[in-house]
Amino acid sequence: MKKLWSLRACLPVALMATFLSVLVGCGGGTGGNSEANGKPGIPHKQFADAVHAVMMADRTVYAQHVVDRLKAQESVVKPDEYWHDEDGTIPLPAQMFRMGAELVSENEEAGFSYSLKSKWPLNEQNKANSDLEVAGLDYVTANPEENFYGEEELAGVNYYTAVYADVAVAGACSNCHNSHANRGDDYPEFKTGDVMGGVIIRIPMR
Amino acid sequence: MSQTAITFYIWLCLSGVALWFAAYSMLDDNAVSKSLLLPGKTSHGHYQIEMKCSACHTTSMGIKKDACLDCHEAELKLSNDTHAAKKFNDPTNVERLATLDVRECTACHREHVPDQTRKMGLTIPTDYCFHCHQDVQEQRPSHREFAFDSCSTAGCHNYHDNRALYEKFLLQHTQEPDLLDDPQLPLRLLLDRKATSDDPTSRRKDQLVGAPDGEDGEIKIPHDWHGSAHDFAGTTCAACHGEGQSWSDNVSMDSCANCHDRQFESFIRGRHGMRIQAGLSPMVPGAARLPMKQSAAHDQLTCMSCHTAHQYDTRRAAVDACLQCHNDEHSLAYKRSAHYRGWQDEIRGEAAPGTGVSCATCHLPRMVDEKGNTFVEHNQNDNLRPNEKMLREVCMHCHGLGFSIDSLADESLIDRCFQGTPKKHVDSIGMAQRWFEAKQKKKKRP
Ligand code: HEC
Repeated sequence: MKKLWSLRACLPVALMATFLSVLVGCGGGTGGNSEANGKPGIPHKQFADAVHAVMMADRTVYAQHVVDRLKAQESVVKPDEYWHDEDGTIPLPAQMFRMGAELVSENEEAGFSYSLKSKWPLNEQNKANSDLEVAGLDYVTANPEENFYGEEELAGVNYYTAVYADVAVAGACSNCHNSHANRGDDYPEFKTGDVMGGVIIRIPMR
Repeated sequence: MSQTAITFYIWLCLSGVALWFAAYSMLDDNAVSKSLLLPGKTSHGHYQIEMKCSACHTTSMGIKKDACLDCHEAELKLSNDTHAAKKFNDPTNVERLATLDVRECTACHREHVPDQTRKMGLTIPTDYCFHCHQDVQEQRPSHREFAFDSCSTAGCHNYHDNRALYEKFLLQHTQEPDLLDDPQLPLRLLLDRKATSDDPTSRRKDQLVGAPDGEDGEIKIPHDWHGSAHDFAGTTCAACHGEGQSWSDNVSMDSCANCHDRQFESFIRGRHGMRIQAGLSPMVPGAARLPMKQSAAHDQLTCMSCHTAHQYDTRRAAVDACLQCHNDEHSLAYKRSAHYRGWQDEIRGEAAPGTGVSCATCHLPRMVDEKGNTFVEHNQNDNLRPNEKMLREVCMHCHGLGFSIDSLADESLIDRCFQGTPKKHVDSIGMAQRWFEAKQKKKKRP
């Protein structure tokens, strides 16, 4: 049924695309989809690096100008994993990140997906799942200065997948994680500077 | 006419009748014959609207894209859904989803399959947690002896709503007494009656703007209205009945909804009002699957059924209104319960407001919204299934969490409308405590 729907949805889109390109005579593709209209789009790697830059910038701003500022002002409001339930709390940066990723995953226009994962997740939902994710996380753990890029097939769809190291930049990262009740028996003792997981960006290649 | 011609005409007539019959059954929502087209008995949750195929189906009898969410989305959002569809969109879940695509409600809740339908409209075996949580016994050794069909049936976990069952919450509510020291429900936001009221009995008929003259009602109706919440709020006859030429003796529910939209919106989401939501005639107790009183069989369920016209006595609406129809074991046991004794004390003024427990206390709970406003949830199904939904919204205003979990797990106690103490014990709180203690110990070791 889904197939049918997408075929039906594609028809007007395809017609419109043809119409527009004839009319305007140009149509620079965005995202990783460079074949759609024969014009060059942004290469997958460049797209992944770009959106990753935005994600990290947002996360840094949230940490520095929201979380740290509240702390500096000795505010009663603080980030808390159970922010749903506790008065005077706001989501943790990792939760902000995941909720954003979930919103993007519901947005059919977005055309890509992302996540913050680890081989040792506090939240099972963030567990590195595919072979490529595990390989990518292993790679960036061994080479924190580098990113990992690869291609994988999941249920018949080919993806361009990029993995970026997520490093314990402050003592708070490892302290909170190491003392969390959800840590499994094989949980590493993280310390500042360690790679705790990674941001994974996945673009379907059509 | 030849034999063949006669046969042909008979065939033509019969075909015509059959065609008309099929078209009538399909297209007319009130067609008695429509039930013949049902592919199977509809579940408890939807049988009231089963004749309105278009509530869930497309014209080609597929399932509408948002058929379920149109009615259930708000409830799922509020429940902080542990397994919301969006949590499974990550492409690496594709293998898991191949077994059971839980992003579709119909993966677990199919309709018209009575032989497979279990509690809460579940249509897959109850050990479904197994599909993703096979390794739970490694991570939680305490779970070793538990069978997978007990995760969600023993009062420990729910698939969607775990607001009162997650570990941290359990830990925060250890050692609570069965009955809290200060049992108290949220109070409704009533107008300050003293401030706005003069002596209602001194009001004259001519103060009732727009009321018709010369009827019996001239005496009775204003008398009922006097002292009602509408009186105190300055809501006169015209607000509901219209004025002059546009006066109408019948007041539609839209009039109520004009001001009480939140109540109306929640009313039409529950079993009392869902037929109205679907554009059908209101529900009548005679059509219910639960035991109902014969005397009420044909009474249509509207705002007025519980609130009556003019008096709007919420105390009547909270108990007597329910018992005028409901005739099951639990309802009939209510008046023998301690909850009812407390309710009587409250209405006699011998106990503080918000300490008695009426039917409405649990089934039309007072909710406090984000802005701190109290309102009465009029979807009386909202917290019924799974019943652990009641823990935070209702039970825990007066009882400790452990006692509440145990009570809701004891079906025979529920049948007796909570006369007595729970005979079941769910060890969730103890398990959470031991889990956190073990983690703490491990941390201390170097
Ligand atoms: C106050 C505790 C706390 C602090 C501080 C904290 N985290 Fe987390 N982190 C969490 C929790 C809880 C989750 C799970 C969030 C969720 O629900 O997805 C998480 C998730 C993660 C994940 C995804 C994998 C997983 O464990 O679920 C990574 C990677 C991560 N954090 C890295 C970091 C880094 C790097 C820092 C410091 C910049 C940091 N965390 C600071 C509590 C914390």
